[in-house]
Amino acid sequence: MHKHQQYWQHTLRLTAVLLAIWFVATFLVAWFARELQAFTVFGFPFSFFMAAQGALLIYIALVAYYAYRMDKLDVEYDMQEGD
Amino acid sequence: MGASVQSQFVSQLKRYYALYTGGVIGFVVMLAILEQMGVPNKVLGYLFLGVTVLLYAGIGILSRTSDVTEYYVAGRRVPALFNGMAVAADWMSAASFIGLAGTLYVSGYDGLAFVMGWTGGFCLVAFLLAPYLRKFGQYTIPDFLGMRYGGGLPRAIGVFAAILCSFTYVIAQVYGVGLIVSRFTGLDFGVGVFVGLGSILVCSFLGGMRAVTWTQVAQYVILIVAYLIPVIWLSVKHTGNPVPQVAYGYVLQQVTARENVLNDASTPEGAREAEVRTLFKQQMKIDSAKLAALEAGGAAYLVQERARLTHTLQQLKDKAHVAPQDIAALQNELATFPKDVNSARNTWRAAVETEKAKSSPIIAHAEPFAGSDETARDNKRKNFLALVLCLMVGTAALPHILMRFYTTSSVKEARLSVFWSLLFISLLYITAPALAVLAKYDVYTLLVGSSFSELPSWVSAWAAVDKTLMSVTDMNKDGIVQLAEITIGGDLIMLATPEIAGLPYVVTALVAAGGLAAALSTADGLMLTIANTLSHDVYYKMIDPRAPTTRRLIISKVLLLVVAVFAAYITSLKPGDILFLVGAAFSLAASAFFPALALGIFWKRANKMGAVIGMVSGLATCMVYMFITYPFFGVNAPLWWGINPISAGIFGMPIGFIGVILGSLFSAPPSPETRAMVDYVRYPNMRLDSFIEKR
Repeated sequence: MHKHQQYWQHTLRLTAVLLAIWFVATFLVAWFARELQAFTVFGFPFSFFMAAQGALLIYIALVAYYAYRMDKLDVEYDMQEGD
Repeated sequence: MGASVQSQFVSQLKRYYALYTGGVIGFVVMLAILEQMGVPNKVLGYLFLGVTVLLYAGIGILSRTSDVTEYYVAGRRVPALFNGMAVAADWMSAASFIGLAGTLYVSGYDGLAFVMGWTGGFCLVAFLLAPYLRKFGQYTIPDFLGMRYGGGLPRAIGVFAAILCSFTYVIAQVYGVGLIVSRFTGLDFGVGVFVGLGSILVCSFLGGMRAVTWTQVAQYVILIVAYLIPVIWLSVKHTGNPVPQVAYGYVLQQVTARENVLNDASTPEGAREAEVRTLFKQQMKIDSAKLAALEAGGAAYLVQERARLTHTLQQLKDKAHVAPQDIAALQNELATFPKDVNSARNTWRAAVETEKAKSSPIIAHAEPFAGSDETARDNKRKNFLALVLCLMVGTAALPHILMRFYTTSSVKEARLSVFWSLLFISLLYITAPALAVLAKYDVYTLLVGSSFSELPSWVSAWAAVDKTLMSVTDMNKDGIVQLAEITIGGDLIMLATPEIAGLPYVVTALVAAGGLAAALSTADGLMLTIANTLSHDVYYKMIDPRAPTTRRLIISKVLLLVVAVFAAYITSLKPGDILFLVGAAFSLAASAFFPALALGIFWKRANKMGAVIGMVSGLATCMVYMFITYPFFGVNAPLWWGINPISAGIFGMPIGFIGVILGSLFSAPPSPETRAMVDYVRYPNMRLDSFIEKR
């Protein structure tokens, strides 16, 4: 069971880190949206860019990384699903 | 299933859908040629909607099945890529396809709450639910609650909540189906509803989840092609760049520059805008006075006001030289005069709201939480964040979406398929803000300042169809269009984009078919969820656990019919507005399901008592708040901390979490069997027999 516990701890850590990035990209940026609109990225005010595109791209990256990392974790801890 | 069989299946699917996509494009090209040859628009519209609906029904017939696993979870062998497309079609509803760009056009930055909320929720699905639900591997969401928390009660509450939020959501979809069919074919709204439902039924009735899955993949292709083509074209027209998502930053700067000019009364254009705004301000004073008199005088005032109008009309008619349009205006006012105090209050309140908006300066598109003072801005920010959170958590709790992750072949595939889902969904959500800005640019530069005698053709065409979608009135009689003189209904933006971009009618028909695909695919998924929950959880698990599979399937199909007819009936009553219904479904799902589902996986100590208390209290809080604050119900209690009723889940969610936690801690820990089940769900390699024998 020891190996299982480690696997689960690892999964929880990964989940927590990704959720933290998700939280910052969404709620922290939106909270300071009025202050952040002074910057310009690709011609957009920064806060508009984040809400319309940036956050979405970050979400996709997070989900992709999760799928990739979890698959590797499954192999590392020998947890792959049998047929 | 062997790996080689599955990979053969995947390559076969890829071939089929590649052929199908080619076929769709060929069909559009063929219709474009027909249009050039002079076939009338109406025929093209019928052909387009008819062929696509028949196509969906055809896929349904081809995928008919009477196998339980096929019927409930498409045989659990849907490849990640295709499940991604199916989730995307399941997910994107009529509100996303038709309404979103309009909402963004009207509310600018503040509308982006929907863009973030409807995509960011998939992070929660990916990290907290999808892989674990796939490992659990049963048939419905109440299944999970029933097995994790034990006993009939959590399952029963789950059934109630699943039906409540799916049904609220399905009404909005059926409404969308009726709207699109009636607008593009000229059929009656009610007939439109039943034609659309017919195709849904053929599909899910014969093949259940299996048919719905393969139809949804087909619907996604149509939906995304229909969304992207007109926007790309519009982008090329205004910027020369075929990638609208990249190009519209530059267009947004120009829109902002235009906003500044129009808001500045020292420029000639700004001065004319100011003139129109003054007129609206005067009108607002008149209507506010009427409203105040109504509150004081009640029904007697209405009678008096009507008599006064009739009298004025008579006087006008008696005079020698009167402009005929003055008489017509008065006659119109009398004809639409409110019948009772309630309708008068609603009409005049709406009028004052509109006039208030029209008499204030333009709100900058890119400015977040615009408001006159700090309190107003703070209030908007609070509601923005609350809405984003409700939409996100609701995403991770709507049963028709979560159920789709039961259909993949493994945990690994489930994780991958969330990625594909989010990618396919984002393709539309990242384009919608671009469309809103491009359309705004068109209106601000080409329509504003043009002459009333030569309006762009799409303006007059849509104004003739529906005044609430598009109307222009020369308020200050200068013969030139000012921004404040234009009224645009949100739904117009997507529907009229092909014409704004100057594309042939065939693209308009394609957009209609795309909107129909969006509404049908979501309605399909929702109805199947309701029917499966009733037949599997209520009939099979709670009433007759020994029922043979054939009877279970028959019951499921009969229930599907009943649900569809009932949904059509409720829709024909036209309750509430679509966006509120959709928002309500998210808040309800977020409050009822999310705490019990997430804690069920991540907290072994969560038990039956906790789940029951958490789900009931979360759901009840959310429902009560909606009931007392949403104007439709007529209670109109003060808002809590200024939060709008659409975000009622912001109160339901924490109460739900607290309920699960306290309820669990104050009762005995769950049995070793339940803890074993949680382990089974957490570790991909753990075998079923390790906990099933102890169950």
